[in-house]
Amino acid sequence: MASPAAHTAHHAPEGFIRRYVFSLDHKVIGIQYYFLGLFSVFLGMSLSLLMRFHMVNPNAVVKWFSWIWPTAAQGGVMTPELYLSLMTMHGTIMVFFVLTTVPQSGFGNYFLPIQIGAEDMAFPVLNMMSFWTTFLALMVMVSAFFVQGGAPLAGWTAYPPLSGAGQLTGPGEGMGQNMWILSIAIFCGASLMGAINFIATTVDLRCKGMTLMRMPLTCWTWLVTAILGLLGFAVLLAAGALLMLDRTVGTSFFLPAGLFINDHILSNHKGGSPLLWEHLFWFFGHPEVYIAILPGMGVASQLLSTFARKPVFGYKAMVYAILSIGFLGFLVWGHHMFMSGMNPYSAMAFATLTMCIGVPSAIKTFNWIGTLWGGKIHFTTAMMFALGFVSLFVTGGVSGIFLGQPALDLYFHDTYFVVGHFHMIMGVAAIFGMFAGTFYWFPKMFGRMMNEALGKIHFYCTFIGVYCIFTPMHYVGLVGNPRRYSDFSNVNYLAGVMPLHHFMTYAAYFTASVQILFIINLFWSMFKGPIAPPNPWNATTLEWTIPSPPPFDNFAGVHPVVYHGAYEYSVPGAATDFIMQTDPAVVPGSSH
Amino acid sequence: MLLAPIIWVLTVVICYFFIAKTWWFPPPINAHGRAYDAQFMRTLIVVGIIFFLAQFALGWVIMKFRNDGGRAQYTHGNNKLETLWTTATAVLFLGLVVMGANIWAGVHFDEAPPDALPIEVMAKQFAFNFRYPGVDGKFGHTELRLINDANGDPFGMDPADPTGKDDIISASLKIPVGKPIKLIMHSRDVIHNFFVPELRMKQDIVPGMEIPLHFEADKIGVYEVPCSELCGLGHFQMHTTMQVMSEADFEQWKATQLANK
Repeated sequence: MASPAAHTAHHAPEGFIRRYVFSLDHKVIGIQYYFLGLFSVFLGMSLSLLMRFHMVNPNAVVKWFSWIWPTAAQGGVMTPELYLSLMTMHGTIMVFFVLTTVPQSGFGNYFLPIQIGAEDMAFPVLNMMSFWTTFLALMVMVSAFFVQGGAPLAGWTAYPPLSGAGQLTGPGEGMGQNMWILSIAIFCGASLMGAINFIATTVDLRCKGMTLMRMPLTCWTWLVTAILGLLGFAVLLAAGALLMLDRTVGTSFFLPAGLFINDHILSNHKGGSPLLWEHLFWFFGHPEVYIAILPGMGVASQLLSTFARKPVFGYKAMVYAILSIGFLGFLVWGHHMFMSGMNPYSAMAFATLTMCIGVPSAIKTFNWIGTLWGGKIHFTTAMMFALGFVSLFVTGGVSGIFLGQPALDLYFHDTYFVVGHFHMIMGVAAIFGMFAGTFYWFPKMFGRMMNEALGKIHFYCTFIGVYCIFTPMHYVGLVGNPRRYSDFSNVNYLAGVMPLHHFMTYAAYFTASVQILFIINLFWSMFKGPIAPPNPWNATTLEWTIPSPPPFDNFAGVHPVVYHGAYEYSVPGAATDFIMQTDPAVVPGSSH
Repeated sequence: MLLAPIIWVLTVVICYFFIAKTWWFPPPINAHGRAYDAQFMRTLIVVGIIFFLAQFALGWVIMKFRNDGGRAQYTHGNNKLETLWTTATAVLFLGLVVMGANIWAGVHFDEAPPDALPIEVMAKQFAFNFRYPGVDGKFGHTELRLINDANGDPFGMDPADPTGKDDIISASLKIPVGKPIKLIMHSRDVIHNFFVPELRMKQDIVPGMEIPLHFEADKIGVYEVPCSELCGLGHFQMHTTMQVMSEADFEQWKATQLANK
């Protein structure tokens, strides 16, 4: 390894604004994204608590509701349109500003350059613009609550004509829906900038010796996620623009002739198709699921290997699985549309491809268990969350085998079975990936350790809590409970599942309140936690070769050289049970 | 470790409620529904075994491979195992799709029999309406500008068209038992969805499209039809019923409707 070369090192800018606000440093930007996501996840969670409250108490009078929403909750009773606004905003904020933002833009920004031995991302200015554009998108999205008519009620999928015909279809479908489309369009722009940056960085800035097949699996997932983002968000941006044109200029991309809405004949539209929107939306929307979960898979692989002190089982198979998930992810969007009225023959093709994409997901699960098998597991909080991720991934994944069959979807489509399925896999499994990443990388990011005892209490409560919220959704789905209902009292056959809905609501209150433990742990540890050593977990990847927190240019002017794969744990004959990627090629005392 | 027993307990509880059928489908009322249930059970058994084994194995490795200060096994994987489980999952998953294909085909590839009773469905925010062609077997002409919901005409019937004179409009679906039915579904505003849990059938109703759906029901009774596609603030209230009647009762109902026109 080259000796430290102070003269080639870059230093952080002096001014506060250039250093911490409009920063070009990928580490600062990563932390900015992390906190943007943290704010969003608490906002999104609060909305879901209000929804869960309303579902089981549809007629409750709550005084402070009317303080926040003087019209939509007049007299303190939440209206159905308010419920739908909360639902739309919950879904949108969680999918875009949490699941897309934290695992990829947060952790990816911070650790991709370091793990491949680069000083920064390929385009630091683009990186800064990407964050501030995302921030703007979030501001526009939140402001939809405060415009006339309130936030939109068409759901995060925004199917036209509900989302395309303006205020006629309901309050919130005027200005609120416009703000929603605008925000999503801005967000698409930000994501495209980020995606290009991630791809260029991975392709161009790997240090000497960092071949593709030596990259940590986290880097593989960030790369493939970026490719998905580049192709997916471009399509969503176009679809959003067309929807906006339908709403404002009077084009007819998604609106057919013969609409009679709310006692008005819409004579200015003809020739459009709501199905076109569904195709465009899900062409983005399905890859989006993998955008949310792939980085979590990367984190899980990294952590299981580190804390089981074993190489990843089937590293190459894992890489091929990530690549095939990325590829097949673009060919299965139609499984969201089995009931849409599209050509039923295409459903068979989409079903076959959907089952194909289940295979690499299953391969990953087998390999995770293979990684643990024969290991020496260290039960840190980070590891607990990674193990929890695997459990949730299995639970959320297997219900997909029902939904992927068009025949069975004839019943389950748009029931709570679907809600349970996607919350398990792209909601909480992905969030467990984020928790795992937080506990694992916090020492590197902030130079201090998090509290393990508090972390484990938080883990156990959250793990049991999310199972209690989302498993019963499958049972109520079996009964035929439709989703997106603000009140179940109109459907007689749902009377029997109301106790389950009460149970889910209490479980949600419980799970949400234990998140306070995490917040305390996060902020207390940031300032008061024990000082972290450079490599607290005895891990092998490049971020653990540098001080915690890293210097401004990551490697202090030194260009690291990589000699090993990312997961050389418990190599027979080696002095320690881990060989870092930068350790010299011949291990002293090794026989080979 | 506490985590392994927690995973096992959760797994057993989840499996228990599926086996005990505590919360379950309503009984099916047609051959398609029974075939559906068989396919569901096949899938449930395959998925249940995968789910149970995967969670059990996860708990097992957590129990068994705790750190005891020694060295872990050094292995980068096993290609034979990879090939084995890749092939096994591919065969299982694709096999399930193939086994379910005829159920999907029965609903969507097969045409309705020629003697099927046609009924037009008009969905709007936030109600379903059904139109029967009457004795002449023909639906009368309709126009948007003639729609008059307050007067009980959500279709916009053209009074000048004689074929419409005997059309019956109903806010709930009435069908004769054991007779093939063909719904011709329209929406005049946003996307709605026709769903009868007991039929095990669901279909979006999309404005600008005419979507057919055919079925038979072989059990007399009244079944709920909740809208199952988000259609606006009244979505949760958009609800009707499907009444399956004996042939005689159905004819009687039609006669009464005509007489009351």
